[in-house]
Amino acid sequence: MALFKLGNTHLPHRKKTACVASVRLGKKDIVVNIPMSMHIGAECTPLVKAGDSVYVGTIIGDSNAAVGAPVHSSVSGKVTGIGSILSINGRNVTTVTIESDGLFTKDPSLSPVKAESFADLSRAARNSGLVGLGGAGFPTAVKLDEKKISQIDTLLINAAECEPYITSDTRTIIENSDTLKAAIETFLTLSGVKKCVIGIEKNKPEAIKLLLEKFSGSENVLIKTLPTTYPQGGEKMLIYNCLGRIVPEGGLPADVGVIVLNVTTLTYLQKYLDTGMPLVEKTVTVDGSAVAEAKNITVPIGCRVGDVVSECGCDFENTGKIIMGGPMMGNALYTLDYPVLKNTNAILAFDKKESVKPKATPCIHCGRCVSTCPMGLNPTIYAKAVAKPIGEESYNLLLESKINLCIECGSCSYVCPAKRPLVENNRLAKANCRTYRERMESLKK
Amino acid sequence: MSQFAVSSSPHIRSELTTKRIMLDVVIALLPAAVAGTVIFGYRALIVLITCVCTALLSEYLFNLVTKSEVTITDFSAVVTGLLLGLNLRADVPIWQAVLGTVFAIVVVKCLFGGLGCNFANPAIAARVFLLVSFAGTVGGGAVPIVGEELELVSGATPLSVIKNGGALPSLKTLFLGTYGGAIGETCTLALLIGFIYLVIRRVINPLVPAVYIGTVFVLFLISDSSYISALYQVLCGGLVLGAVFMATDYVTSPITLSGKLIFAFGCGLITFLIRAFGNYPEGVSFAILFMNILTPFIEKWTKSVPLGGRVK
Repeated sequence: MALFKLGNTHLPHRKKTACVASVRLGKKDIVVNIPMSMHIGAECTPLVKAGDSVYVGTIIGDSNAAVGAPVHSSVSGKVTGIGSILSINGRNVTTVTIESDGLFTKDPSLSPVKAESFADLSRAARNSGLVGLGGAGFPTAVKLDEKKISQIDTLLINAAECEPYITSDTRTIIENSDTLKAAIETFLTLSGVKKCVIGIEKNKPEAIKLLLEKFSGSENVLIKTLPTTYPQGGEKMLIYNCLGRIVPEGGLPADVGVIVLNVTTLTYLQKYLDTGMPLVEKTVTVDGSAVAEAKNITVPIGCRVGDVVSECGCDFENTGKIIMGGPMMGNALYTLDYPVLKNTNAILAFDKKESVKPKATPCIHCGRCVSTCPMGLNPTIYAKAVAKPIGEESYNLLLESKINLCIECGSCSYVCPAKRPLVENNRLAKANCRTYRERMESLKK
Repeated sequence: MSQFAVSSSPHIRSELTTKRIMLDVVIALLPAAVAGTVIFGYRALIVLITCVCTALLSEYLFNLVTKSEVTITDFSAVVTGLLLGLNLRADVPIWQAVLGTVFAIVVVKCLFGGLGCNFANPAIAARVFLLVSFAGTVGGGAVPIVGEELELVSGATPLSVIKNGGALPSLKTLFLGTYGGAIGETCTLALLIGFIYLVIRRVINPLVPAVYIGTVFVLFLISDSSYISALYQVLCGGLVLGAVFMATDYVTSPITLSGKLIFAFGCGLITFLIRAFGNYPEGVSFAILFMNILTPFIEKWTKSVPLGGRVK
């Protein structure tokens, strides 16, 4: 179906947790620090104040914005305060701190949700606080747009999980295959979409076998086994490699008739319909060279990262770097007090040796970044543009060379033999473009 | 202060380094160096060692004088020195070899900003510099000490024989390299071993030398309508050495695959034109140097195509 091959990279897999059943966090008397923004879009306003009693699933923050998702308490206990935290993208985010009573009592008002139309499903997605759990954190309800559903012909389920180490999606498939099946049936029935394709990399034989068994009788569900190449799980790559369709620049998957949902996101949506329990916990893969017992562990959202890794035998003395997310696109954390977010799928602890930043040497123009770029971009141009002062010349050069299309997958930096910080440069280039645009707009005024 | 390192993703990097790539090129050049020493004797080895040592020393001194970081440990100076040495004849005066190497490192490489900033391949530029300055001792070839007895006068190469008439060595001789020429260019067998190594190590794209050599072969096949003649053109002179080790130089060739292929075709075309119609019997150095200069323009015509990108 796909006419030409996209640029890709072969990474080490390191998915040693794929065959280990996930466990729950052992520590019960925790303090959770729940940020009011764990997604793309508007930050929520806290609906509780210090001293309030909350249960698991009680709504604690919401916003009226079109792009947004409510936030719920992940423990039962007392709100001890409203604070703020410096988030990894550099902004200060309001947080609600809750001291757990260790009982995890469910909010008594929660009950199964009935969805009889696609609008009901979209509303349920909103009320559940669901965001893209693959890592992007885009509010799911916005994707389930009632006005656009008529132009969709395929539901594409992203189970590629292309980053090294991470196996939380794999474990979700293995441990919740019936829920996943029900979720697909619910979605197809309510949306009227005829076809479902599950894209999964072939390094997950156990999950593939199970999916093939579960869907052996279904004619409208296709399991598409994909080669294990990075970034297979990138939305545009997945659409191209599964369906041969190209999302145009500035367009959305809906423009080519596709809706892409992460496998764990869809499973959570069904769980919400079945139980009424919103998104309050997340299974994360804890791994890395400083971790003794790598495993998948289900933790309440807002839980301290330090509490999670210490349950996996992390050697803090020798830890040089803590990463939230995968090693290719994840963020390095500055503190162990950082909370687990809705879209956190892994926490990696690297030992000191692995945390050393390689020294950059001059670019030798080898072109590996160009041939590996899944979007067909040329990172060397961006590096030259960023070296220039912010202005019309560098702005035009960046725009002409399509900096806006960079998905920041990190492949260019990974393959660079000169160890140049290419993707870092690309981010800087995007920021420079924004600065230039803002400057021009303020000049007009 | 955080106890943890905070840096931009990705947090893992491939094991490949610039140093390893340069080392691979040195390893790939070794068969040609050994073959050259066997064919032309110890004098060839002295030339090679002189070039490598001069390259390292001149880069080191340049680093010291300009108070910049010492960069000789990245093996790129070794590559330049070795490559230039292999492009010289075994009986070249040592001072000329030293002069050429200093020119390659200081003028062509370091003055333009060092590794990655030079517009032309240092070894090629230095060879052309020497060829133009000392045509008598740099052009042409030394007499081999092994192989069949040929009535070759010192300075005659098969290419000049083709041009001016005379007895030609057999194709087998050309393949094994026991004929007059530069130290590293005559033994096609040794160059092929290096080529295979570079392809296996994924240092070079095999299409670049293939297109270069293929273009020369096809053009001579058309102009001479004899495949033996075209084969002679491929096996003689610096074509294989240039196509495998110099036309594939990262710094001075285009960055996209389509650009690299246009570059290789251009090299083949110019080599053909010089060999068929020019005054010089050999055209590889000039062809690559010329295409090096055209590289920025080729890059303008062969930009990478973004997935789903809209053209204004």
